[in-house]
Amino acid sequence: MPSQVNLVLTTEEQAMLAGANGPAVAMCMRIIVGVANANGAEKLIEIESAHADGTLYHGEAGLDFTEKLVALGGKVKVRTTTNVGSLDLLHPDLVHGDKTLMEHGRRLMDAHIALGCEPTWSCAPYQAGHRPAFGTHVAWAESNAIAFVNSVLGARSDRYGDFLDLSAAVTGRVPFGGLHHDAARKAVLVLDFSQIDSKMFAEDAAWAALGVILGNRAGTRVAAMVGLPGDLSDGGVTEDRLKGMGATGASAGGVGLFHVVGITPEAPTLEAIVAPSAEYVVMTAEDVRQARDQLSTTASDKLDAVSLGTPHFSIAEFRALAEVIGDGPKFAEYIDFYISTSRDVMSRAKDLGYLDIFLAAGGRVLTDTCTYVTPVMSTNVKNVMTNSGKWAWYAPGNLGIDTVLGSLSECVASARAGRVVRDESLWS
Amino acid sequence: MVKILTGKTSHPGTAQGEVLLLTEPVSFWGGVDHHGEIIDVHHAQHKAKITNKILVMPSGRGSSSATAVLAELIRTGDGPLGIVMLQCDTILVIGALVSAEIYGISMPIVELQQAEYDQLSDGMNVSLVADFESQVATVTI
Repeated sequence: MPSQVNLVLTTEEQAMLAGANGPAVAMCMRIIVGVANANGAEKLIEIESAHADGTLYHGEAGLDFTEKLVALGGKVKVRTTTNVGSLDLLHPDLVHGDKTLMEHGRRLMDAHIALGCEPTWSCAPYQAGHRPAFGTHVAWAESNAIAFVNSVLGARSDRYGDFLDLSAAVTGRVPFGGLHHDAARKAVLVLDFSQIDSKMFAEDAAWAALGVILGNRAGTRVAAMVGLPGDLSDGGVTEDRLKGMGATGASAGGVGLFHVVGITPEAPTLEAIVAPSAEYVVMTAEDVRQARDQLSTTASDKLDAVSLGTPHFSIAEFRALAEVIGDGPKFAEYIDFYISTSRDVMSRAKDLGYLDIFLAAGGRVLTDTCTYVTPVMSTNVKNVMTNSGKWAWYAPGNLGIDTVLGSLSECVASARAGRVVRDESLWS
Repeated sequence: MVKILTGKTSHPGTAQGEVLLLTEPVSFWGGVDHHGEIIDVHHAQHKAKITNKILVMPSGRGSSSATAVLAELIRTGDGPLGIVMLQCDTILVIGALVSAEIYGISMPIVELQQAEYDQLSDGMNVSLVADFESQVATVTI
């Protein structure tokens, strides 16, 4: 039997739907209400911020939708940051795509600004000044940002995507469903890492491998991880490690929320967040090594490029990179070494001197977009090293290249040597 | 003999056409090209064309950017005429809602229970009527 139509709108929401706040709000409200009806939501809830992911050009429909909102006089009602676009507006010569596509990509970015979005152009807005408070409801799109805002900040967003992100931003509403509910935030899967030597988790790249395990095991379910060493105050767990793990988990699976017991804010204890009769799995060092191997598609030591910063490089990552580079030798002449980051982080890295150390070593910085979604690398590039699990997951399909996952220090050592340099002792 | 299966409207509209029954869900982003062909090499119906078909599949799969890909397929006429699912997929509903808003093309999405869903078979001709007001949808086989 068809389920009952049970969505109840407030008087204000009914007026918005009827056009009292203009045609753009009415159109966005029809989309929000359409989704709420399809999902059987009982009501809409107000959001405090949004992160818009429709900034990357996928075809004319996205451009038509966004420009129609502009033409109808649409404005975002809540703070809305923008995800990466198809262009680097600060370094336009770095991207060499089809001219029409680039022009459409530019119009799409302009239309977001016309709607009142903030030009962050970053997949890591949470490291570029946009950090919603614990427990607040938000509408975020971009899978890694959704995982981060839910898991690391403890704000609440369901998994939103193109169109619904802007509809939520313009109306300030989302259907009350999914991860906005308490019950949906409980872990139905527990992954126990306590049997693994903590030395294995000393390098960031191991956290990318953890992301593969998380994504493969959890899919779209909420998982809790126990037995990981260290915490946010001793440097054993860093925000960037959680960022990298969540991003990889959201790529390998559909992870929108994960808990690291004792670390992430909703999980002081396992009891606080575990659902009744959750599945419990004990992981081994072999599981981590196998996950790592899924992120490397070649055993060759040939190297053409290095790409860091997916999700966008943080200021802490820039500091660590500057320390590893130090006053050592420059990168090999024929290696393209790219960092993708936000313009906000780039400007801070410049002020602190980290940027110049990297540029002096022969590196290049890309802002506003990312090396795996838009043509940046030379077509001669075949083998690329990265410390990012998300980049390693998508780049072989998107760019037709081979990847090698390595730690930050392995990436720098390899770029200098001009070939892949590995330190297997990290993974024993 | 004509038979009427009753379900729930996930997105309103009407359509008539031949069923393409997928044994597993497909992701529109990365799984279907812009001519409507299934390009996911891991998919059991790799190379099948969804264009102008009534697409029947258990649920949705994959990236949230599938909203934009579905809307683009509907815009260019390379998309399905309608979709029937066991479990409503929000991402596809958003793609249909936006196509209706900006192109005036209302592609129906119908949610059926298992017993009704199981009566659909590949290649059969069906007509969908997904009503907005009542949220009741019918599939005539």
